[in-house]
Amino acid sequence: MATLFQGLPSSTAFSSSNKFNHAPAPTSFSGTWNNERKSSIVTVRSDARWSPVLNSATHKPQRLITNAVATKADSSLASTSSKPGHELLLFEALREGLEEEMERDPCVCVMGEDVGHYGGSYKVTKGLATKFGDLRVLDTPIAENSFTGMGIGAAMTGLRPIIEGMNMGFLLLAFNQISNNCGMLHYTSGGQFKIPVVIRGPGGVGRQLGAEHSQRLESYFQSIPGIQMVACSTPYNAKGLMKAAIRSENPVILFEHVLLYNLKDRIPDEEYVLSLEEAEMVRPGEHVTILTYSRMRYHVMQAAKTLVNKGYDPEVIDIRSLKPFDLHTIGKSVKKTHRVLIVEECMRTGGIGASLTAAITENFNDDLDAPIVCLSSQDVPTPYAGTLEEWTVVQPAQIVTAVEQLCQ
Amino acid sequence: MALSRSGSNLLKPISPFFSCAPSILSRSISSSNDSITVETSIPFTAHNCEPPSRSVTTSAAELRSFFRDMALMRRMEIAADSLYKAKLIRGFCHLYDGQEAVAVGMEAAITRKDCIITAYRDHCTFLSRGGNLVEVFAELMGRRAGMSNGKGGSMHFYRKEGGFYGGHGIVGAQVPLGCGLAFAQKYSKDENVTFAMYGDGAANQGQLFEALNIAALWDLPAILVCENNHYGMGTAEWRAAKSPAYYKRGDYVPGLKVDGMDAFAVKQACKFAKEHALKNGPIILEMDTYRYHGHSMSDPGSTYRTRDEISGVRQERDPIERIRKLLLSHEISTETELKDIEKEVRKEVDNAISKAKESDMPDPSELFTNVYVKGFGVEAYGADRKELRATLP
Repeated sequence: MATLFQGLPSSTAFSSSNKFNHAPAPTSFSGTWNNERKSSIVTVRSDARWSPVLNSATHKPQRLITNAVATKADSSLASTSSKPGHELLLFEALREGLEEEMERDPCVCVMGEDVGHYGGSYKVTKGLATKFGDLRVLDTPIAENSFTGMGIGAAMTGLRPIIEGMNMGFLLLAFNQISNNCGMLHYTSGGQFKIPVVIRGPGGVGRQLGAEHSQRLESYFQSIPGIQMVACSTPYNAKGLMKAAIRSENPVILFEHVLLYNLKDRIPDEEYVLSLEEAEMVRPGEHVTILTYSRMRYHVMQAAKTLVNKGYDPEVIDIRSLKPFDLHTIGKSVKKTHRVLIVEECMRTGGIGASLTAAITENFNDDLDAPIVCLSSQDVPTPYAGTLEEWTVVQPAQIVTAVEQLCQ
Repeated sequence: MALSRSGSNLLKPISPFFSCAPSILSRSISSSNDSITVETSIPFTAHNCEPPSRSVTTSAAELRSFFRDMALMRRMEIAADSLYKAKLIRGFCHLYDGQEAVAVGMEAAITRKDCIITAYRDHCTFLSRGGNLVEVFAELMGRRAGMSNGKGGSMHFYRKEGGFYGGHGIVGAQVPLGCGLAFAQKYSKDENVTFAMYGDGAANQGQLFEALNIAALWDLPAILVCENNHYGMGTAEWRAAKSPAYYKRGDYVPGLKVDGMDAFAVKQACKFAKEHALKNGPIILEMDTYRYHGHSMSDPGSTYRTRDEISGVRQERDPIERIRKLLLSHEISTETELKDIEKEVRKEVDNAISKAKESDMPDPSELFTNVYVKGFGVEAYGADRKELRATLP
């Protein structure tokens, strides 16, 4: 898997905007930069090898990093660009990625409920219908099973539809189409048909939305062979993953989170595409590896603040790729810290954490000093009452306690 | 009571055919390109549209090709029956014999750029879209020479170059896919249509109506074809559907009821439907047809219908017999010529089976190919996932 990074010709040290700033509330992060600012186009492979595509005479080799991760400001890495990029909210980053891909490839179209004239229930597709027309941004009736099937059928002929579920939970109605047709048609047709669809939508526990609108479908879809699953968590990776998912020939399910849509951050002006199979190093550390994704990343970072004050040095990795897991990055981290904590929002039974625990235990058992701890949401339908809902998901205090226990 | 009710309906279409027979003997044919006019067995019944004419123009060459194609399909299905009983074909095997006229008539009306998608009774449709016998038998026997490399099986026949999109096991799921194909055709503005086929059992699926609504709303060139063989596995249509007038179920979408045992009626209806769909959006065709075998090879087919009914339909409405009578009455071929064609077809099928038997089973590494279009470099194999294999660039 190759990923292209493009940077600006500048090799100065980090500016302060690259420093990792915490804010008390999860919604006002700044400076979650990734540091792949290089002066040339480099092909980075997911097996951590890289090869320069153009001559990058200005860069010293040790400044080039081999995966799409953010690292601490004081490690000698490539610098920030002279242009600071632009600020936007996560849903706008998704829209930017979508718009750029629709401009680039006329086969890309969007279908979903209220994506066209209404602009999208979370405004991800706002303005696209007026720009691209009704044939490329399609308002569907409330018929998930059939419009997902239609998207898959259209993909069989070469179109690249993006199917939006207004809430991920509604895609349960399309489970047959996603599992049997989307996941399996490439295999059962002996490779004749490709299904380059992107199925995306917001999921996760919101603010008192009730049980049926707070579902976490990543645990249900993870067994389906033939699909890829990614979860975005910041405006930067939202845009990059959206573009990567659209360009991918495999069917990709992109999990967004209802509560993260209004996250504001700075993203580069230049075009960038992230790798679908790579995890993101949010905060390097030494004592414990905390694996997380989507909204729980912010709970973890909040807990990390407390942990740092208490003297711990957690390494936080946003796994991003839910299927397949980036065991390379995770393994490297486990070999360094020897302790793993998984913080996830889905339920324990059959969840992503359960699979991840199994994968790490199978592959890195010798590197573990302690059993893996997995913090997940409670195996209950999400209640409406605010206090109960808070207790359903993992809170930063619980993460701090878990790390303390793990590091004893 | 129950069985006789359906039995009488199934035999009905025949009598008008015989009453029209004298008018077909227009002339004796010498050249195969002269056009012949044939009347369909019964007039079309229409819903919300003007039915097409009963007179279909054809030629001697087309008549001969219809006969040969249908004989080939019939022979192929019977051979598959024997192979299944010999345990060379496993799992599910749904045979199409009796319904050949639908596949052959449809193909005569359209081009390879039009798309066809159907359910699991797909062997003959695959053949009509340009597939070959060796691929069919190899796939049925799970060999590498099959069109899906042996990994699909009876229910997963596909042929991309022929515009044949399968081959689907889940009842009704292919109809939204078919409307998606029609959407893609509208998107690329290429003036082609999609025939999304389903059975009388699938006609009660909700996703069908969902897809039809969207197709009508967006004006898609989708033609929904209900192959009504009157039985949804073991349940007769009157026990499954409150209203078995499947061609009327579109409500605002026009529909046409066609005698599915008459290849010319099918051809005329599909031609009409294609013109309609390109101008006015979706249309439903109901093909009144019949399957001689049971639902699949594990179903004897006689517990929910009488053998008299089956043999009655075979005597009165068999699609191949109809063409044979036309060929003989127009003096295009003689009895012996037709028997020779059938012998030739039988030999062709036998040769294909032996050739297919020579093909290997897929290699174990094939288990992991084509799961993704682009794989991930390092994969963990083995039941314990400890066997790692990395593809080096």
